[in-house]
Amino acid sequence: MNGTVLTTSADGRALRAIAWRRRIDLLFQVLALAILCLALVFLATLIADVWRDGASRLSWDFLTRIASRRPEQAGIWHALTGSIFVILVTAVLAVPVGIAGAIYLEEYGTRSRLARLIEINITNLAAVPSIIYGLLGLGLFVRMLAMGPSVLAGAATLALLVLPVIILSTREALRAVPGSIREGSYALGATKWQTVWYQVLPVALPGILTGTILALSRAIGETAPLITIGALTFVPFAPDSIWSPFTVLPIQIFNWVSRPQREFHAVAAAGILVLLVLLVTMNAAAIWLRDRYQKKLG
Amino acid sequence: MLQHIIRGAAIAGSVVALAACGRGTQPAGESTSATLIRVDGSSTVFPITEAVAEEFFAKTGVRVTVGISGTGGGFQRFCRGETDISDASRPIRQAEIDACRTAGIEYIELPIAYDGIAVVVNPKNTWADRITVAELRTLWSPEAQGKVTRWSQMRGSWPDREIRLFGAGVDSGTYDYFTEATVGKEGASRGDFTSSEDDNVLVQGVASDELALGFLPLAYVEQNRERLKVVPVDDEQADNGAGPIVPSAETVREGTYQPLSRPLFIYVSRTAADRPEVQQFVESFFTSQALIREVGYIELTPQIYELVERHFAERRVGTAFGEGGSQVGMTLEQLLAKQR
Repeated sequence: MNGTVLTTSADGRALRAIAWRRRIDLLFQVLALAILCLALVFLATLIADVWRDGASRLSWDFLTRIASRRPEQAGIWHALTGSIFVILVTAVLAVPVGIAGAIYLEEYGTRSRLARLIEINITNLAAVPSIIYGLLGLGLFVRMLAMGPSVLAGAATLALLVLPVIILSTREALRAVPGSIREGSYALGATKWQTVWYQVLPVALPGILTGTILALSRAIGETAPLITIGALTFVPFAPDSIWSPFTVLPIQIFNWVSRPQREFHAVAAAGILVLLVLLVTMNAAAIWLRDRYQKKLG
Repeated sequence: MLQHIIRGAAIAGSVVALAACGRGTQPAGESTSATLIRVDGSSTVFPITEAVAEEFFAKTGVRVTVGISGTGGGFQRFCRGETDISDASRPIRQAEIDACRTAGIEYIELPIAYDGIAVVVNPKNTWADRITVAELRTLWSPEAQGKVTRWSQMRGSWPDREIRLFGAGVDSGTYDYFTEATVGKEGASRGDFTSSEDDNVLVQGVASDELALGFLPLAYVEQNRERLKVVPVDDEQADNGAGPIVPSAETVREGTYQPLSRPLFIYVSRTAADRPEVQQFVESFFTSQALIREVGYIELTPQIYELVERHFAERRVGTAFGEGGSQVGMTLEQLLAKQR
C-alpha cells in the first residue's frame, strides 16, 4: 500500500475540515494576542506619558521630603509612609478575618442556609462602591468608636473594603484543593481541624496569597473612602502610631494634579510613578510567594 | 511553611500593636491636640493654609495638619470640635451657625485673602471683548437651559453660532459664588454645561473649543495666560469702577472687579485661639502676603489686615454675615465695620 491510495474524496474532505479548524484556531490565537497587545499598548502609553512628565522629578530628595507649596521642593515622604503604614495595618486586620471567614464558608458551613445567606451578602458587598465604605467608616470607626481620622480608622475602613475580595479569592483557592487530599486525611484518622490546618490550607496557600495581595493592591489606590473618613492632605510628618493623622499617595497625587501651577503636575506624575512602583512591588511579592510555596508543595 | 507565615503575621501584628502602645491608647485628637493644630475645610483655601503651615512648621516645629473636606464638610467637623481652624471659601451658613451653637463652639471669623473668578473664552474668540453681569445672568440662569444656546442670543452683534459652557462642579464654592453673583441665587443655574471639580479640565476644555465660555478661579487663568482669553466684566454700576473691568490682583483688591471676587476665610475656634501655638499660627496669616501671592491668590490691603488683626486680638466671636451666605458686592471694610 502506498500513500496515494488513501486520498479518497472522503479523506480529502476530512483533511480540508481539519485544515479549516486549524486556521480558525490560529485566527483566534492571533486575535487574542492582538487584544492583549492593545491593552498593553494603553498601559505602556500611560506609563510613558507619566514617565515623560515625572521622571525628571524623581530623586532621593523627592522620596524623603514632605509636601511643600513650592513644586521644586515638594516631596512624598509623608504620603508614602502613610500609604505603607495604612496598608500594613489593613492587612493585619483583614487577612486573618478574611481567611477564617472563607474557611468557615468552604469547609464547615457549606450546606447550611446561613452560609448561603452570608455568601450572597459577601458577593454583593464586593460590588459596593468604595465611598459607601467611607461613610460607614466615618460613622462607625471615626465617630462611634472615637478613633478619629487616624491610621487605625483608615485601615479598618479599607479592611472592610477588601474583606469580601479576600474571602471570595480564598474560597476559590480552597475549592481548588482536590477532595482526595481531604479524604486521604480523614482516612488516616485526622479531625476536620487537622485536615484543614495541615492539608488543605498549605495547598491553597499560593492562591490565597495571590488573592490577598491583589486585594491589598486595590486598597492602596483608594482615595474616596479615606477622604470621607477625614484623611488629611497636608501632614508634615510620617505617621508614628496607629492613632496618628495621616495622608496617602492617591490623596496627595490628586491634590497636586488639581493645582493651577503646571510644575505641580510634574510632581504629581512623579508621585504616580512612586505609587506604580509600590504596586508593582506588591504584585511581584505575590508572584514570588506563590512560586515559592508552589515549588515546596509540588 | 504555613507556620512560617503565621509567625510572620504575628510579628507584624505585634509590631503594629507596639507602635500603638507607644503613643498611649487615646484617639489622635486627644493625645496630640496639645501640640497639633488641626485644620480642615475648603480645598480652595488649602494652598494658602498649606503654605502658611509649611513656613510655620519650619520656623517653630509645631505640626499643623490640613484636610480638604470642603467648606461644608470642614464646618461639620469644626462644629463637632474635631478641628481647631476651619478653612472656608464662603461665610458660615445658618445651619452651621446653629450646629456650632448647639455644640457650644464659638468661633472667630477672619478674612485672609481674596479670590477672583474670571470669565474666559477661547483665544480664537474675536467677538467677546467684554460682558455684562446681566448678560451672564441671561446665559447662566436655570431658565436658559436648552433655550439660550447661541452667542447671538446674549448680544445681537455676536455671531449666530453655538455657545458651549464650562464651569466648576456644583459642589464647589466657586460654583456657589458664581451663581450667587450672576444669577442671584446660590446654587441656581442651568444644568447643561460641562462641569468638573478639577479646574485644569475646564482650562483644557475652553482652550480647545473656539465657541466655549467658562468661569474659573483667577489662579488657573494666571497659569494659562496663552491658552485662555479673559473677558472683562461690567457690573454696570459706576460707583465701583465704570465700564468693563479686567480681573487682576489690583482690581480684585480695590474692589472694582465686582461682583466676581470673593473673600476667603479661616474660622478659628475660640477655645483653641487661647493656645499659644494656635494664636501664633493664626497671626502668621496676617504677615503672609508674599505666600498668598505665591500660591495664586490675592492678599488683602494692609488696612484690612490691620482690621482683621484687631478683630482676632479682641477675640471677637460670631459672623458678620447675618443669615449666612455670601454678600455679593460688599467690601470687607464694610463688613468688618458692620460687625463692630
